[in-house]
Amino acid sequence: MGNIALIPIFGAVSLLAIMGAALARDPEFATHMWLFAALAIAVVIISARGQKWAADGALAGPRVEASGYIDGPIRAGVIATAFWGIAGFVAGVYIAFQLAFPELNFEPWLNFGRVRPLHTSAVIFAFGGSILIATAMHVVQRTCHARLFGGETLAWFVFWGYQIFIVLAATGYLMGITQSKEYAEPEWYVDLWLTIVWVAFLVMFLGTLVKRKEPHIYVANWFYLAFIVTIALLHVVNNAAVPVSFFGTKSYVIFSGVQDALTQWWYGHNAVGFFLTAGFLAMMYYYIPKRADRPVYSYRLSIVHFWSLVFLYIWAGPHHLHYTALPDWAQTLGMTFSIMLWMPSWGGMINGLMTLSGAWDKLRTDPVLRMMVLAVAFYGMSTFEGPMLSIKAVNSLSHYTDWTIGHVHSGALGWNGMITFGVVYYLVPVLWGRPELYSLRLVSWHFWLATLGIVLYAASMWVSGITQGLMWREYNSDGYLVYSFAETVAALFPYYVMRAVGGLFFLTGALIFVYNIAQTIRGRSADERPAAAALQPAE
Amino acid sequence: MSDATQEQKPKRFDHGRIERNVSVLLVLTFIVVSIGGLVEIAPLFYVKNTIEKVDGMRPYTPLELAGRNVYVREGCYVCHSQMIRPFRDEVERYGHYSLAAESMYDHPFQWGSKRTGPDLARVGGRYSDEWHIQHFRNPKAVVPESIMPKYNFLFDRPIRAGMIADDLATNRIVGVPYTEAMVESAEADLRAQAGQGDAAGLLERYGDKVNVRDFDGNGASVTEMDALIAYMQMLGTLVDFDSYEPTGAGR
Repeated sequence: MGNIALIPIFGAVSLLAIMGAALARDPEFATHMWLFAALAIAVVIISARGQKWAADGALAGPRVEASGYIDGPIRAGVIATAFWGIAGFVAGVYIAFQLAFPELNFEPWLNFGRVRPLHTSAVIFAFGGSILIATAMHVVQRTCHARLFGGETLAWFVFWGYQIFIVLAATGYLMGITQSKEYAEPEWYVDLWLTIVWVAFLVMFLGTLVKRKEPHIYVANWFYLAFIVTIALLHVVNNAAVPVSFFGTKSYVIFSGVQDALTQWWYGHNAVGFFLTAGFLAMMYYYIPKRADRPVYSYRLSIVHFWSLVFLYIWAGPHHLHYTALPDWAQTLGMTFSIMLWMPSWGGMINGLMTLSGAWDKLRTDPVLRMMVLAVAFYGMSTFEGPMLSIKAVNSLSHYTDWTIGHVHSGALGWNGMITFGVVYYLVPVLWGRPELYSLRLVSWHFWLATLGIVLYAASMWVSGITQGLMWREYNSDGYLVYSFAETVAALFPYYVMRAVGGLFFLTGALIFVYNIAQTIRGRSADERPAAAALQPAE
Repeated sequence: MSDATQEQKPKRFDHGRIERNVSVLLVLTFIVVSIGGLVEIAPLFYVKNTIEKVDGMRPYTPLELAGRNVYVREGCYVCHSQMIRPFRDEVERYGHYSLAAESMYDHPFQWGSKRTGPDLARVGGRYSDEWHIQHFRNPKAVVPESIMPKYNFLFDRPIRAGMIADDLATNRIVGVPYTEAMVESAEADLRAQAGQGDAAGLLERYGDKVNVRDFDGNGASVTEMDALIAYMQMLGTLVDFDSYEPTGAGR
């Protein structure tokens, strides 16, 4: 769980943080710096405890992996994924209940406005980010037949550095430290830390590609590379800000008004496009062929998919700003590219689904593969819904309503969540050297609970969003608006309850998931009869 | 031509060349993902209707800026938009559609993306201070259907007035036209707007329309609630739409 070379690095980080705490001009910055120092010291202690002194006094080297690859940080990343998944889902269920029952707000730390960024960041950047980094480390080594560039040190630095970023971001939201740019809320010093970690991640990934022993770079790695490079670009530009003081939390972004709005949604939509899509497509391109034991359906489609997706996605941001003060030409451009984006998205979906050609029977016996395939199906559904919502006429109804929230969750829970669960179910036996999962039956339970949860969630938000959108614009025959805003809020109560229940289903499934992988890691087996093996082939 | 010679002929486009070379893949990817953003964002710094100046726009007073920072800190933007679209129902419900110029001093912008609560772009002057006080204490007391959280704690937190000059100075660095005098007298202006001290200098620097009073009903200290209500009460009030004339076609 660490590396000797991390001891001086994180030791220095903790000293800098303590200096920051001593010179802080506001109490939030001091708290954050103390926390930063404590986390860095924790990494130092963990790294030190991981090292064993041999009998002759020499420091024993890192454990040699049976695989010959660096797998320690990947195992840690998988556990972090499970942990942050539960944290993010709990936060989501909590704020869902807050919207139905506002008495659940506890000022100041647990008011909706502070917990909502905690939920979104925990799910996207902590749950999603942890599995993206872990799988990037896993896939790039296997497909390049090379150990990670930078060795254990760089890999563990990326792991711990990213986890510290997550904790700083999450605790900051509860203290009210935010720059209010959605999905980019952390303040300047947390952004700087992430930049350092991200550059280390890029160096590790690129270096491994350079020292590969395979002539070709596998398609999954194209997507990982595009994800890492583009997120770096988006992060740096969108978070460009001037701090009020180098020892305080507050900063002001360099852009303002309409320029800031488009920069933000250029970032925001491509956080979806490159973090939640390109990165997860990389997972699809490695793990579905692996689990199905079939090659990727079409090499040519992979090439078209990759270049069209990365080119088109970046234009789609303005569809978040339809009918605002953003100029019409930019809105139309954003809408046009969003609609075009439908094609590469479905091209990718077809490439993923058709990889099962000749192996469709496995869906009957393998609930893990079933989960991955459902994820790709949800990907197809939400990448159809997205272009539809980007049409200005549709957007005039859907924007500002829960329809958008429903759309995001069919993508996040259905696509990102399900593919992550499937990949972790595949990875845990591989990484811990277990023959199979603890229980495939529990995977089936998870599958159905999560699916039911998503259906409840998406359906209730469709109804809620369209209801409110129509109520806002309803006129009576005398030409007066029919509903006050407050009446449209009251109308949504049943849907908010239904959504929260859907979230509970999804969370319950995730708890079963954690139990199942924990038991697998412990080397247990549920010793059950196969769920579907009793079926005889038709004569 | 036989099949064999066709196979030997080098393909005009061979993706293998890209996927065998890390540098080429990296550079091409970077170029491809840069184009869209450049084409869409760069012109916004030059196109007339995104950089036009509109009569009435002025930088936030120190107290309003402090209130805006509370608004940002509490995540108000996750439930409230500040962007009125040019639709009949929205203009009727909230007022004149929002102009780009109205958020020209907003670092960062607060247009929002969701209306769990109503739009606030023109909430200024719509309700009394007393309404806001009751509403922030317990939203259900004045709007029974409301699902908004309570914000009692803002009444007890004094504003960190000593630091506000640095905030103005930083805004000046990123392009907000605060003058030297505005930065120097920021703390005094902040207190004056909340009814503590002489407001003549404040009105001279920011204009006669600035609201000057004890916003939170507690004369003893300048609290975060003073600042937040001062910000609420000026939202959307700067541009006089009786005299505003849109410039040219397209928004």
